[in-house]
Parts: sequence; structure tokens; C-alpha cells
Amino acid sequence: MGSGGMGVRQALLGVAALLFLIDLYLIFQYAPTASEALGVQVQRIFYFHVPSALLGMISFAVAAVASVVYLTKRGRKWDRVAWASAEVGTVFFTVAIATGAIWAKPVWQKWWVWDVNGTLTFMLWLVFIGYLIVRSYAPTVERGSRWAAVVAIFGAASVPFVYMAADWWEGLHTERITGPAAQGSLEGEMFFTLMFSLLTFLVLFIALVAERTAQLGIEESIEELRREVAS
Amino acid sequence: MTGYLRSAIAVYAKDMRLEARTKETFSAVLAFAVIVAFVFGFAFDPSPSVVALVGPGIVWVAYVFTGILGMNRTFAVERDRGTLEGLLLAPVGREAIYAGKLASTTTIMLLVEVLLYPVFLVLFDLDLFNIWFALVTIAATVGFAAVGTLFAAIAAHTRAREVLLPLLFLPIILPVIIGAVASTSAALGGAGWDGVGKWLQFIVAFDLVFLVLSSWAFDFVLEE
Amino acid sequence: MTTNSTPAAPSLAIDVQGLSKSFGRTAALRQVNLQLTYGESLALFGHNGAGKSTLIRTLTTLIRPDDGTVRIAGFDCNSQASQIRSVIGYVGHQSLLYDDLTPRENLRFYARMYGLPDAHDLVEHSLAEVGATSYAGRRVRVLSNGMQKRVAIARALLHRPRVLLLDEPETGLDQGGLELLGAVVTAVKQGGASVVMATHGIELGLALAEQALVLSNGRVTMTCASPETSVNAIQHAVLRKPEAQPTLEGQTTPKASE
Repeated sequence: MGSGGMGVRQALLGVAALLFLIDLYLIFQYAPTASEALGVQVQRIFYFHVPSALLGMISFAVAAVASVVYLTKRGRKWDRVAWASAEVGTVFFTVAIATGAIWAKPVWQKWWVWDVNGTLTFMLWLVFIGYLIVRSYAPTVERGSRWAAVVAIFGAASVPFVYMAADWWEGLHTERITGPAAQGSLEGEMFFTLMFSLLTFLVLFIALVAERTAQLGIEESIEELRREVAS
Repeated sequence: MTGYLRSAIAVYAKDMRLEARTKETFSAVLAFAVIVAFVFGFAFDPSPSVVALVGPGIVWVAYVFTGILGMNRTFAVERDRGTLEGLLLAPVGREAIYAGKLASTTTIMLLVEVLLYPVFLVLFDLDLFNIWFALVTIAATVGFAAVGTLFAAIAAHTRAREVLLPLLFLPIILPVIIGAVASTSAALGGAGWDGVGKWLQFIVAFDLVFLVLSSWAFDFVLEE
Repeated sequence: MTTNSTPAAPSLAIDVQGLSKSFGRTAALRQVNLQLTYGESLALFGHNGAGKSTLIRTLTTLIRPDDGTVRIAGFDCNSQASQIRSVIGYVGHQSLLYDDLTPRENLRFYARMYGLPDAHDLVEHSLAEVGATSYAGRRVRVLSNGMQKRVAIARALLHRPRVLLLDEPETGLDQGGLELLGAVVTAVKQGGASVVMATHGIELGLALAEQALVLSNGRVTMTCASPETSVNAIQHAVLRKPEAQPTLEGQTTPKASE
């Protein structure tokens, strides 16, 4: 079941690790130092922040789609993919929020900016946490899977509304702080570094989700074997 | 279709009769709401400028948290006393049970929210007797109940329902809270349709989407 | 009786084959088979935790099987659960009554939920059948367990089910209540419906049933069709130590320590 893909998964993890090393070099050596306004050295955290946030969103999309398929088609595999995505996505979002705060404080003198992206990131992070917690509180594993799937789907359905509401609210209240991601035009090396980081994180996402999904599959197989032996 | 309506009304009528007789949920929710309002009253200096600024936020925080209490109770009681099974054993679609529960929760919440008007008036000199505010309140409350009823059904089956309901529920209804606070600000500031209309339509759109979604998902949530 | 779908044995009230259900790591039911024709009743025996309640609740569609088929009145439990619910009546450990409503109000509510016409008369008739008319106007909360049980039975019979499922119905019943239970089961059978009764009362069960089944650790360990099966034989089967654990090849070996 899982052993066939193991080679592919290990290769993926290897590629991800390699890309990450290259990315680190790019971020700290290759990319030019940013201006005073953007925080100078601290700005480099931008190359972690943006991909993390973006991959968090992608994780959420994957989890939501997998959840829909799971509820309608009932294949266990889909629940595992959704679960793995949620776990990996939670980590990405946590990194995004942390890096966002670390960068925002010296540059904007606030720990957090409730702009559209920030609000969306935070909200989805909470939904993911709810997703994982509801599984642990469910009386049976099957119910937990179903409840979690519902949570993910509701989160996804709410995203466009959150986006619109946060956008209108921002228009009403805050002076439009262009969020950390909207930098106008990025110079060549910065742009390249950002793109490479995005690629790195994307591969990392795929590798981690594949690995975790397989792991969950193995855990389920063990449970099934246990049950068969006992009967 | 008539079966759906008949059962939904039966559930609603049963809940209302029980509530009228025991006043359990209603009194607990009202008491909590008043306490929350008083806590805010102590926490903020109710000068007109401050109230204009934070008043809408306070009102909606109070409404949301009392709503959470009410929604938890609607299923917790049924589940703890075993009567939820009676509902599940009936040959009715789960959507009908959802509709009935949604209606009774919304009714109780609206009642409590209206009863808070004089409380806010006294504590904050905040005049909530405003047609636009009333419309926003109805739309937002339906939105809270649409999502909350479903998550309350989940929470009722767990050991940590007081924590789980807010955790699941709040991120989803965040847009409604934002919309409610913004439009309340506008409404209390004297704006009419031009200030409030956009938000009102927004909340109603949210309501429609989530009424359908919750109705669909209810069956999956209750399945053993 | 029923007109539909299934080609196999449409005249069976209950047709269960290879039913298995696990909760997490515990296997609650393993490969259970059971057939019951209309007008017949089955007594279900077994020690605590043997799976009696799980089996009954699976028949009510509250629990979905992991494996096997369950057909009630010809309806499949997975795809036609709603139809099954309209033809079964269930009396479980909990009364399913609202404490702060009266028996009359409770029954009227359920009559509406089941879409029954002439609810008013039907409810009065049902209350009279179980002898609850005298306290039908008092809140369920103030009634004794025995009284509540009678109302619960009325609730289960309200829609004239084809299959009556009872889970330890004797609990809380006094002598009069037990006689009522016997009368109800007999009347239900005479009306062409079937009864499945899980019980600890071996004599009670045998007196009311044509078939008997003993569950142990989720498995059927004994079946008997003769109404004269001795109480001792059943007792022995119920109390017998749980079976030795099979190995993966299917041979039984002494249970290894776990």
C-alpha cells in the first residue's frame, strides 16, 4: 500500500531539503539588503512570510476539496489527505503569523496589522486548529473525520465573505497600510528569491503532505489488523 | 415537502412549549447577557464619544457570547437527556430537525437581544431603537444561528462543548460580526439605506449560503 | 406487507447477514446472522457488553454497520434508513420523553413527527392501551420509572410499527407493568408484527419468544428455535466464559495474554 510510493516520497523530501538549502543561501546572501523603510535585514523574513502564508492557503484549499470528496465519496484516503494538509497547513500558518509579527513590529511599530491578508490568515489558522481539535474530542474516529470535514468546508465557504468584509472594513477604518506583501515592483534579485522561496515551500508542502498521508494510512492499516486479529 | 415543514414546525413548537414552561434557556441566556453588559459598563467610561466608538462592538460581543450560550443549550439538553435519539428515530429528514432547532434558537436569541435594549440604554445611554439596527440584528442573528446550530450539534456530543462551540463557530461567522458592527455604527450614526444597505445585503447573502450549507451538512454531523 | 426492492426474502421482517461493527479497537458485533419472520419474536440474551444493545441500535438505524447487510421489512439500512424508521418502534434504556411535557404532549409531538393522522384520538387510544390515561396530564418528570416506561412503550407503538425493538424493557416495571409488557408483545405479534427483545430475564424472554439467540463478545454463540428450550441451557450459554481468541488462520487456540 504505502511501500510502493515510499521511494517517491523520500525523493521528494530530499529534493525539498536541497531546495531549502539553496533558498537559505538566496535569502541571506543573494538577495539585496532592503531599504530603511522596509526594515533592512529584518526584511529578509519576508521571503519566509509570504510563501508560508500562501502555502497555508493552498493547504486549506486542498483540505477543503479533499473534505468535500470525503463526505460525498467516503474514501478513507481523502480524509487522510485532508488531515495531513491541515496539519502541514497549521504549521505554515503559524510560521506566517510569527514571521509577520516579527517583521511588522520594527517596520510598522505594531505586532499585527488587520489587513485583508492578515485577517484571512488568522481566521484560517483558527479554523485549522478547530479542525484538528474536533477530531480529538470526537467519540469515534469516523465521527471525528466527518466533523472535521464539515469544519473545513465551512471555513472554505466563509473565505470569500471574510475577504470582502475585511476589505470593506479596512477601507473604512485603517489608513491603507500596504501589507507586507504589496511592495510595488520588486527588483530582479528580490523577485527571483521570492519565486524560488515559493517553489521551495511548495515542494516542501507536497513532500510533507505525501509523507504524512502515507503515515496516517499505515496507522489505519495497523488498527484494522489489530481488529481482525482480535475477532 | 409538507413532511419537512410539518416536522420542522413540530420541533419548533415543542421547543417553544418547553421553553415557555421551564424558561430554562431563556433565563440563563438573559442573565448572562445582562452580566456581560454590566461588565462592559464597568470596563468602559460611558462618555458619549467613547460609546459612539465602541458601543456597536460591545453590543455585538454581548450578543455573540450570549448566543453561544443559548445555542449550546439547545442541543446539550436534548443530548444529555437522551431525547435527541427520539428525534433521530423519527422518519424525518435531518434537515427538518435542523430547521426546527434553528427557528427555536433564533427566536430565543432575538427575544433576549431585544430585551437588552433597555439595559444598553441605561448603562451606556445607547439608543438601539432604530429600524436599521433591528434589521441588522435579525439578519445577523439568523446567520449566527445558521452556523451555530450545526456546530452546537457537534459540540453537544463532546466533553468540551463550552470551548468547542466558540472555537469552531467564531472564525466562520467573523464576516457577520464585522458586518454587524460596521452597519450598527452606521445605523446609530443616523445613516439609512446608503450606509447600511451594503452590509445588510452582505449579511443576508451569508445567511442564505450558510442556511443551505448547514442544512446539507447536518445529516453528516448527526450520523453515528 | 412491503412491496419493494430486495429480491431476497421479502417476507422476512428482519434479515441480518454477516453484521459486524467495531468502535475504535473494540469489535462490538462480529458476523451476526439473524432472520425473523412477521408475527414472530426473538429473545436476545447475553452478558453485559456482549453486544445486545449494539445489535438493537443497529436495527434502529442509529448505528451503521461496518460490514454485512441489515434488512428490515425489506428496506436496506444504509440506503433506506428513513423507510425503516417509519416501520420500527424502539424502547430503550432512556425513555425518549421530554421531562417537562406531559405524556399527552409527548405523544402528540411524536404523532406529528411520524405524520400520523387523527393525532388526538390516536394519542388517547395509545395512552389507554398502556393504562396511562390517569396521569397523562402530569409532567413526565414527576412520574415513576414504571409509569414513564409505560408511556415510552406507548410512544413506540404509536405508529403501529412492523417491528418492535425492546432493549431490556423489564427494567423498572412492576408486576402489573410486566403483565402489560407481555400483553403488548402478544398483541403486536397477533397484529402481524415482529418483536426483538434484549433482556436479562431469561424466563420472561423465553415465554414471549419463538426464537432465542445468545450473544457473547459480539458473536452469536447459541440459537434456538424451540420455545421449550430450557432456562438452564440459556443461562449456561450466557455465563460461559468468552471464547478463546482465534489465530490469524482461523484456528482457535488458548488466548494469549494481552
